[in-house]
Parts: sequence; C-alpha cells; structure tokens
Amino acid sequence: MIRVVLPTHLRSLARVNGEVHFDVPDPVTVGSVLDALETAYPVLRGSIRDHVTRRRRPFVRYFACEQDLSLEPPETRLPEQVATGVEPFLIIGALAGG
Amino acid sequence: MGTKRKSSIVKKKKVRATGVRLLVGTRKGAFVLTSDGKRDQWEVSGPHFAGWEMYHLKGSPVDPNRVYASQTSGWFGQKIQRSNDGGKTWEPVGDKFAYEGVPGTHQWYDGTQHPWEFKRIWHLEPSLTDPDTVYAGAEDAALFRTIDGGRTWQELPGLRSAKGHLWQPGAGGMGLHTILLDPSNPKRIYIAISAAGVFRTDDVGETWRPMNSGLKSPYQLPDPDAEVGHCVHRITLHPSRPGVLFMQKHWDVMRSDNAAESWNEISGDLPTDFGFPIEVHAHEPETIYVVPIKSDSEHFPPDGKLRVYRSRSGGNEWEALTKGLPQRDCYVNVLRDSMAADSLDPCGIYFGTTGGQVYGSANAGNSWKAIVRDLPAVLSVEAQTFA
Repeated sequence: MIRVVLPTHLRSLARVNGEVHFDVPDPVTVGSVLDALETAYPVLRGSIRDHVTRRRRPFVRYFACEQDLSLEPPETRLPEQVATGVEPFLIIGALAGG
Repeated sequence: MGTKRKSSIVKKKKVRATGVRLLVGTRKGAFVLTSDGKRDQWEVSGPHFAGWEMYHLKGSPVDPNRVYASQTSGWFGQKIQRSNDGGKTWEPVGDKFAYEGVPGTHQWYDGTQHPWEFKRIWHLEPSLTDPDTVYAGAEDAALFRTIDGGRTWQELPGLRSAKGHLWQPGAGGMGLHTILLDPSNPKRIYIAISAAGVFRTDDVGETWRPMNSGLKSPYQLPDPDAEVGHCVHRITLHPSRPGVLFMQKHWDVMRSDNAAESWNEISGDLPTDFGFPIEVHAHEPETIYVVPIKSDSEHFPPDGKLRVYRSRSGGNEWEALTKGLPQRDCYVNVLRDSMAADSLDPCGIYFGTTGGQVYGSANAGNSWKAIVRDLPAVLSVEAQTFA
C-alpha cells in the first residue's frame, strides 16, 4: 500500500481528509504512483502534471524520505520505505514566498 | 462546500416571487449573494472553493440553476466546476484545454515569437439556448467550447488564425476576457482579447475577423490604428440591439453602431477615460455605466472618490453616481468582469472591487449600498434575475 500526502487545495478538490492510500504494482516509481493517484482521483488530472505534456507543474514538488524527487524522471524508483508504506510520498505546493 | 450565513440586517420575511442572485468570483473563493426583489437584504453563501482563484462564474440563461465556474491556481492549474442547483453544490467537470494542432506562436514582450501556453480560463459564457453548451475564454488567448455540459472542451482554432502571430500579452497576460453571443443571429459571436482587440465570427466560430477600425492606441502601439494589438478591456451590448456595442478600452470609451465594423469615441466629459468594466442598463439600451480609473499606472479612482459614471445618451454626456459610495480615501480598482446588471424594474446595477466590497444599486445607480465589504479581491460579478 502506498501512502500519499496531498496539499490542502488538492485534498479539498479530491474531497479527502488526511493521507490517501492505494496499491501500486512493482516497480513503484514516481510516475506509477502519480498514474495510480490520478486513476483513483480523476479530478486531480491536470493539477499535478500538465494534461498535455504530462510534465510536473512548475510549482508542485515531490518529496519522500527527506529527499526532493521533483526533478527525477518518472521512471525513478521510490525508496523502499515508500514502496512498502512505511513512509508517505509527499506532493507539495511550492513555497510562494512573499 | 462553503458555509452559509446571514447578515445581521436580514429579517424573516415572506418569500417574494422575484429575486436576484449574484455570482461573485474572488482571489480566494466564490460567493453567492441572494436577495428578494427589493434587493435590500442579502444572504451570503461562501466561500466556495476556498483559497482558489475564482475567475468567473456564470449561469445558463435557459437553466439559471446550471452554473459554471472557472477555478484556477498558479500551483494546481485549471478546474471547471458545475452546479445544477444554483451554486449550492458543485461537481468538477472537464478541464483539459488543449490547443488544436500545432499551437504555433504569438508575439512576445521582447519582439520574438513565443509558443501558445494554456494558463487559465478567464471567462465562461453559457449558450443562450442550450445549457450544455458553453464558451470559454482562455489565457493564452483562445476560445474553447463544450457541447456536453463541460465534460470535454474543444478549441475553435480559427480565431488564432486572425493574425494571432501578431497578438501580444499586456501586463496582465494575453487573455480572452469577453464573449458576446448575438441573440438575433446564432452564428455571430464577438470576443475581446487583451491585448489584441475585438474579433467577430459570423459562422459560429469557424472564421474570424479583427474588428478594431476606429480604435486608436497612440501610446501603446507604434501604429496607433493597427488592425490588431489594441488593449480592449471590455465590450458589451444590449440584447435588443445587438449591433450596437460599447467598449471600455485601456484608454477611451468607444461605441459601434454597425456590429463592430467601426468604432467612435464616446468618452465625452468623463474625468478620465481609463477603466475596466462597462455595462448596459437592462431596459434602456442607451444607458451605460463605467467606473473611471485614474490611469494605467494608477489603478484607483481619481481623487480617492469611487464614482460610477452613467450616460443616458449612449455616451459623451456622463453623470457621476456617488450616493452611498466612498468619496474620500478610496483606492480600490474595479476589474473588467466585475460589473453586472439585473433585469428587474428598476434595473439593479452591481460591482465588486479589489478591496473586497460588492456594491449594489436597486435604482439604476441613483444610490448604492455595500452588500458585503470584506471579501477577498473581487474578480467577477454576474447577476441572475428571477422573475
């Protein structure tokens, strides 16, 4: 089971509270987790990755196990702790500054 | 989705047959304001979609409880929400806005060509006859249409063929902000883009022509009379005379009496002819409203006095409407989509400010009252009338 933490705006959009959980077959990668998330919550399509290019939106970041995986390619395997549900995969709205 | 509350002045009253619903988009959510036909006491619902930029909400003319909303975020992109109960509950619908074919390029700030990139939907215009058909104006400027209630959207790419390579964004972005459907001719649509100008189709969006003859932009364009490139802020028409259009341009208030074939200035005795919104009285096609703003570099009312100006002669002669509006220390702006009229008699006029106030007049502008004072910055106001 994969655990994903969404930012507030995406939780309200998906109408969920707290973490979301779902299964992802091996290999567990950045791309496969996002694919599974969008399948479970179609309203999130286009909000994390661009509808057309499928690239990460500029102000969205991916963190896991205290690592920034935002710039890693989609086929990058996630850490074992994330693949086994020990640690969550975090989707973050980038700091706005100000 | 939002919370509901009543202002302290609301009293239990017999429900009246007539009423008005205002759909208010703000920087941090949407609000629905409702009142009976007196338009004196208002119920406020919201924020809906708290924290999101709600660029525009608009109801279907044929099914007023069918409301579409543009929900957008610099972080999380574009969403479209639909309500079938007048804004009480909402469901997300399709939000994939893909340019047709190879998107091509438009003019960029440095004079180079820049690829078209979808950013957000500025304006939604439901069909006059079908609640499932809606037009959507995008930044970067393009026109999209759904015919299945928002589930899917298709671009009408002929618009960008109308010299799109010469269009250039203004400081606020290159947004298609106005869509006018001609009630007398279902094939005719007018749209306006900042900073490209007005365009018209007579074949339901297949082909388009620039309609900017008579516009002059001497301090914005190297050729003041250019065919495209004018920073049109808003256009409007009265449904009984769809060939007569009114425009608030970056500078200048303009009028066309020939379906936008040519434009004439009607700024007349306005204190300044810079501004954003322009609106027409629901029952008097020659009565129009603007909110003069000091200048392009000072987006607030002259002298700190918030004044709506009304012309009862279709332009040139204007009167200041000040009763109930702040006449000192007021430095808000009124954005292009933030003014609306209801169709009760007397006509109600409404506008929202960047300071979060929504003002209403139940007597065609003679006097005003703040319906709400402390919303986030208002991006849009639409009025729905229930007879």
